[in-house]
Amino acid sequence: MSDFLKIQGLEARIDADGTPKEILKGIDLEIPKGEIHAIMGPNGSGKSTLSYVLSGREDYEVTSGSATFKGEDLLALEPEERAALGMFLAFQSPVELPGVNNANFLRTAVNAVRRARGEDELDAVAFLKAVRAETKRLSMSDEMLKRAVNVGFSGGEKKRNEVLQMRLLQPSFAILDETDSGLDIDALRIVADGVNSLRGPDFSALVITHHQRLLDYIVPDRVHVMAKGKIIYSGGPEVAKTLEKQGYTQFLEAAA
Amino acid sequence: MPAVTETRETVEKLAKSSYEWGFETDIEMDIAPKGLNEETVRLISARKEEPEWMLEWRLKAFRMWLEMKEPEWAKVSHPPIDYQDAHYFAQPKKKPGPKSLDEVDPELLKTYAKLGIPLHEQALLAGVEGAEEQKRMPVAVDAVFDSVSVATTFRKTLEEAGVIFCPISEAIREHSDLVKQYLGSVVPAGDNFFAALNSAVFTDGSFVYVPKGVRCPMELSTYFRINARNTGQFERTLIIVEERASVSYLEGCTAPQRDENQLHAAVVELIAMDDASIKYSTVQNWYPGDDEGRGGIYNFVTKRGACRGVRSKISWTQVETGSSITWKYPSCVLAGEGSVGEFYSVAVTNNHQQADTGTKMIHLAPNTRSTIIAKTISAGKSDSTYRGLVRMQPKARNARNFTQCDSLLIGDQCGAHTVPYIESRNMTARIEHEATTSKISEDQLFYCRSRGLSEEDAVGLIVNGFCREVLKELPMEFAVEAQKLLQISLEGSVG
Repeated sequence: MSDFLKIQGLEARIDADGTPKEILKGIDLEIPKGEIHAIMGPNGSGKSTLSYVLSGREDYEVTSGSATFKGEDLLALEPEERAALGMFLAFQSPVELPGVNNANFLRTAVNAVRRARGEDELDAVAFLKAVRAETKRLSMSDEMLKRAVNVGFSGGEKKRNEVLQMRLLQPSFAILDETDSGLDIDALRIVADGVNSLRGPDFSALVITHHQRLLDYIVPDRVHVMAKGKIIYSGGPEVAKTLEKQGYTQFLEAAA
Repeated sequence: MPAVTETRETVEKLAKSSYEWGFETDIEMDIAPKGLNEETVRLISARKEEPEWMLEWRLKAFRMWLEMKEPEWAKVSHPPIDYQDAHYFAQPKKKPGPKSLDEVDPELLKTYAKLGIPLHEQALLAGVEGAEEQKRMPVAVDAVFDSVSVATTFRKTLEEAGVIFCPISEAIREHSDLVKQYLGSVVPAGDNFFAALNSAVFTDGSFVYVPKGVRCPMELSTYFRINARNTGQFERTLIIVEERASVSYLEGCTAPQRDENQLHAAVVELIAMDDASIKYSTVQNWYPGDDEGRGGIYNFVTKRGACRGVRSKISWTQVETGSSITWKYPSCVLAGEGSVGEFYSVAVTNNHQQADTGTKMIHLAPNTRSTIIAKTISAGKSDSTYRGLVRMQPKARNARNFTQCDSLLIGDQCGAHTVPYIESRNMTARIEHEATTSKISEDQLFYCRSRGLSEEDAVGLIVNGFCREVLKELPMEFAVEAQKLLQISLEGSVG
């Protein structure tokens, strides 16, 4: 169980105009199968970097430590191989793909992942049926499928589109990087429902957020506090509430 | 820095393409000796059994060519071309019509198979007796197999509609009046160096005539193939569409891989009368040369359409992925009041390819409209230039033009240039020009890959998205082929 996702002593840096900048300074984290964990922390603490390193973005150089996912050396895999293995990242700032039809993109992605997992590809009819069911659940209009990926989408539409992709790709481990930012309360509920309904013994998630609000809807099994590239405190869901009331100061002081 | 280096390597890998359709067919050939002089011109005319006026026309063009100089204004460079070191006539030796596909030269069939031509269509192309009755296809193919049309199909269906679709050499003999009236009326023999050369030595090409009020019942398609070593190919295409008539013409090109540079100088002339419309689509995939830029086709083409009638329309769509040098400006002369000219283009260059392409929209009459959408994709060490002219003449009252030029760069060693010429001599004319240059971003690639797409699929998806506005103008069957070509041209060797 415990070797579902295991991160040990992970250190990573990025090239900032020619000088390497250390961002992750020794992350230890385990997420068992079926659990949802949250990471909270001030800006610049390395939360998004952690999500990028786990999903394989090339700008970051891992200098030390390890990460295994389902027993595989995660850091040795290409981003698409991680996706095939069941990893998904919901982007904080979803990327625009001009001219690329959203439905076509979704189908290409779904079938790429299905192929890699040894499943049959979905034909156009089966795909459309699957996608329609999901857009309905997320209160998205069909019109969004016809537009170019994320082009001209509002902040809320982009986030819903991320959750739509997550649901269609059926990951076993999802990272949600500030998926709540820019969402009004109704949209937040819909997105949370999109995540909660995947909850079960075969779905784990890492929810990155600034606000306790999201964690009212997606109640985590564990909450980790991250600061200056390290996890400085871990606890139950009550940690989020403490943070909301008292801020990060006491955690930072305790860690110092 | 590591990340940057890695990115560049990735992109270089992506940009490398192997030429999938590089092959050569070994067929018995009837070849004229190397060299170009009046004798060569006379020989070509004699072999084609042309009337006297045609020979005179060619000789006049040849004498003009002798006085002309190769143009130097395009942003391309190549070693000097030795026009005497090439064959100007090559023709597969004629055999009696085969009874079945079993009797057809297996090399020819292999070529067709590599091009992806379906079996029943192969039978038609190869001239198998009785093949026409077996299957009715919606596309008529006039296969130009090394300078000579090996077969023309579906002529019957077209004849019933009154449409003439045949090799130009046949049209010169059998529809002499039409050819005499229109040949060189859009692109005069002395128009430019390469047009003059073509006029002197063109060996084949297609002729289309659509009479009044007829909508051509099928897409017309020609596969141009260059297939003999050191044979310059000089195609000549003439399309005449009468009042209220319309046609959609498809031209597709692939070529065998070879070492030496090959010259190709085609001329295409389109003529549209009142309310007529012509749609001319091209997918060009000639051998672009190897990774170092050796070999590859020199493609110097003059394509021009005349909207002579009121409300007539000419639309050019091109997807250019091949050739080591492309020099090509499909143009429209908008002479009829309210006539419409369109140019949709995707040009892809990779490795050491050079492309200088664009269009000219010459607005002569009132209320004429033109649209230009040009998408340029450069990868490797290639260089691509959009060169376009929009000219509003004094009588072009209320004429309008919209131009959009977008360039996409892959890697950091390629170049993209936009050279628009805009001339307005009428105060009421309106001209709009938009241009963008962008790169495929790491963000876009990572976003796609995190969704399970391989790097090459991601590039393909992004590039196809970039070209969408142009690709949607292509007839369906061509659009699919064009998408494949874009993939092949840019992605070949990843993984």
